[in-house]
Amino acid sequence: MIGWAVSRLVGVTVLLTALAFLSNALTESLETYYFLIIIQCGIAATLAVSLNLINGITGQFSIGHAGFYAVGAYVGAAWTMLWRPRLESTLPILSIGSPTGDILNLLIALALGSLAAALTGVVVGTPSLRLRGDYLAILTLGFGEVIRVVLLNIDAVGGARGLTGIPTLVSTGNLAFFWVALVLIAVTVLTRNLMRTTRGLTWLAVREDEMAADAMGVNTTRVKVTAFVIGSGFAGAAGVLYAHFFTGISPDIFGMDVSIMITTMVVLAGTGSVTGAIIAGIVLTALPEAFRFLKDYRMLIFSTTLIIIMLTRPQGILGHSELGFGSFFRLYRRLSGLRRTSSA
Amino acid sequence: MEPLLEVKSVTKYFGGLAAVANIDLAIREGELVGLIGPNGAGKTTVFNLLTGVYVPNDGTICFAGRVINGAKPHRVAALGIARTFQNIRLFKTLSVLENVKVAANLRASSSFLASVFLPPSQQREDAVIERECMDLLDRLGLKDLADAPSVSLPYGLQRRLEIARALATKPRLLLLDEPGAGMNPHEKTELMDLIRQIRQDFGLTVLLIEHDMKLVMGICERVYVLDYGEIIAEGTPEEISRDPKVIAAYLGVGDE
Repeated sequence: MIGWAVSRLVGVTVLLTALAFLSNALTESLETYYFLIIIQCGIAATLAVSLNLINGITGQFSIGHAGFYAVGAYVGAAWTMLWRPRLESTLPILSIGSPTGDILNLLIALALGSLAAALTGVVVGTPSLRLRGDYLAILTLGFGEVIRVVLLNIDAVGGARGLTGIPTLVSTGNLAFFWVALVLIAVTVLTRNLMRTTRGLTWLAVREDEMAADAMGVNTTRVKVTAFVIGSGFAGAAGVLYAHFFTGISPDIFGMDVSIMITTMVVLAGTGSVTGAIIAGIVLTALPEAFRFLKDYRMLIFSTTLIIIMLTRPQGILGHSELGFGSFFRLYRRLSGLRRTSSA
Repeated sequence: MEPLLEVKSVTKYFGGLAAVANIDLAIREGELVGLIGPNGAGKTTVFNLLTGVYVPNDGTICFAGRVINGAKPHRVAALGIARTFQNIRLFKTLSVLENVKVAANLRASSSFLASVFLPPSQQREDAVIERECMDLLDRLGLKDLADAPSVSLPYGLQRRLEIARALATKPRLLLLDEPGAGMNPHEKTELMDLIRQIRQDFGLTVLLIEHDMKLVMGICERVYVLDYGEIIAEGTPEEISRDPKVIAAYLGVGDE
């Protein structure tokens, strides 16, 4: 047990250090434009992997993920801009401007934002997960809109103007990439580890056949709500990072189109595939940028590309499978095998 | 001795229609009992009532001394009632072994956090479950197919895997819903042997729904006959096969 804890601790430390160095190097060397795209890709991939936990692995078709993303962003920003300043005078440690203060406040914002999103997940998930398929989809879609409209009407968070001038806590010490990668890695590792256990299999069983899973002693309601809450929590964390990197949020950033885009990523990835969700998150964020030379036809070509992918691979890019070193090895063997047969 | 399963005047309505009415069943520990009846008689409804899928409108279901009507299916499974399905309901994209492991989840005790951080205790627990499941597959002759996707199995083996999966919950009472449906005579003979074998090996009580009279008569010690939602006869297979009400239900009554 101690050996395991030490090895985990060492692993995490090494990872954090490497990420911090990489983050610094990227910030120094990349043009701002490309750096912004990388951050956006990371946030999108986090959203996709977190929704994959709900849609892909547990099979509950939710299309209101932007709602939880918004809750995280607003609660995180509210901490930094509204609540923190009031506590600052009594607790000077909460002042921002110094690296430690910034990091501390970002961590608090992350905790509050993801917690608030997770709680929203409980409130929305507990009643709505009794529904299935289309009904659940419609309800979650509606919920996403409700969040947006509620935010639109709260003057304390700026109404339609939203909140601007949020301190860029994420970028302190060139750590923007570090934070985004960290949250993405956290949700990915959580999903992958879970899938290695018997408990993880019960989540897949709920997707495959809820009635049979129930009959085999799986508490299907608890599985679905847990998946919903964790997925929402990570969407909230992504929201906090967005708010503290791009420094401005408004309700229209978290509209239905964003929800649909995240769902598209999960479907395109191949529902259930974690690596697929990461790839889809990155590709769908970077592709519209890559198509910029097409000017007005950009979104037209983008949508056409999606349609072609879904027509040629309806099961998604990776289907239910995962991309790992093993698959590269298999691909290499297959390719070298092909070369041999073609030369013979 | 108190029966393991005691059903007392259970009634279930769908709308205004009584799918089953005033059902009484009593099954003692270790018995192998059949539940037969024409199509639409309400046999599967009885199973759904026993496993908590439906809640009875009236009556009580007592299992191992406790009233279980109203309990959720996963609670019923935890109490020791496992079932198979008439239309095979395997977890299709999961492998044979994984299907069985899902059913073994009741014995997994570790917390959610443990399944995220995978401490040695969690890894040991998963290894134990995997070993038990492999052992179970071995006893049911599915070991070599452990890694095959369950959907790729031939029909007869899918039925067998459903039984293996039900056994992985470590039940006291096993409910088999038409285990022989769609099987050829040879496969049915194998199935009868299998049911006898697992009942002995696992000390099970078995209640099975079946259409094939030869199968029912061949292995059941006692048979209940259901027609239009009511029990019309109960007794040994010989008694049942001579009962005029049962013959009428199955063959119809002449118009003389």
